[in-house]
Amino acid sequence: MDAGILAQLVEDRAAKRPAVLATRLTDGFGKLVYPTERQEENWLIKASHEVLASDRAAVVAGSDGDWFLNPFNPPLRLIVVGAVHIAQPLARMSQLAGYDVTVIDPRTAFASENRFPDIDLRHDWPDEAMTALVPDTRTAVVTLTHDPKLDDPALQAALKSKAFYIGALGSKKTHAARIARLKEAGFEDIDIARIHGPVGLSIGAKSPAEIAISIMAEITETLRT
Amino acid sequence: MNEHDNVLEEAANWLGQGRRVALATVIETWGSAPRPTGSQLAIRDDGSFVGSVSGGCIEGDVVTRALETLTSGKPEILEYGVSDAMAWEVGLACGGRIRVMVEPVTG
Repeated sequence: MDAGILAQLVEDRAAKRPAVLATRLTDGFGKLVYPTERQEENWLIKASHEVLASDRAAVVAGSDGDWFLNPFNPPLRLIVVGAVHIAQPLARMSQLAGYDVTVIDPRTAFASENRFPDIDLRHDWPDEAMTALVPDTRTAVVTLTHDPKLDDPALQAALKSKAFYIGALGSKKTHAARIARLKEAGFEDIDIARIHGPVGLSIGAKSPAEIAISIMAEITETLRT
Repeated sequence: MNEHDNVLEEAANWLGQGRRVALATVIETWGSAPRPTGSQLAIRDDGSFVGSVSGGCIEGDVVTRALETLTSGKPEILEYGVSDAMAWEVGLACGGRIRVMVEPVTG
């Protein structure tokens, strides 16, 4: 690989710009492809689109031999609404799993630097914060406040987005009440069914860290299976 | 699948420090290979490395072969698998088969 290509790819990753490293296997010749920024279509850009979308590298036959296409997507994202106790281990675990995490809570006593060192904190109302963050197909959203005033606007924004995972903390009873409110707000059953509630895999989790594990496990299961 | 590694960043750091660097990349897998395609290993000229191409089974051999590309200047494609006696020697007992490209970082 050319050192210039390596430097450019490192720069792209820092800028969170999706890129595909294409390497011709016959001689190792490599180049970077940015399919999301191109208008024209050729076999390489088309195949690059596919590896970015699937997030899986592939060998593709070109006119001049086989090419290896390695996708470099920006990190997955996790948006946590509610800077509550569970959010503390969840934010740290998600970072270990490779997520860029943002914690939203207008209550500054909760969303404090002290409780969330090195975490991106937003003190806006959840609907405003969610609009600014634009959840996409590589984003998971988890609401943890128990307070409909905070959770509901975030869930509504999440349901209007392409977030791959939406989870809401709360008992079955709480979740049933939430579903009723979302129906009232005009959401269809099929949309509401995207919400994982009660949140997390059922592993008997008790402590905040254990609940965070069950949530990360469910997010991972949704992403990978 | 490249979310949480800093293999390329470390490779770039090493180059900046005037070291020579090779890269190894999993380009194809069959069966229960332990790391997916695209997984990378960066190797410094003194043999130290970051990342993984197999979860530890074949890294030793890959590092040796990658260092050879620093001398030859040419990329190579390596194949490891259960059908390959060499793979057993280097320890790919996990039942998979993988192809790994090793290449020098040049220029």
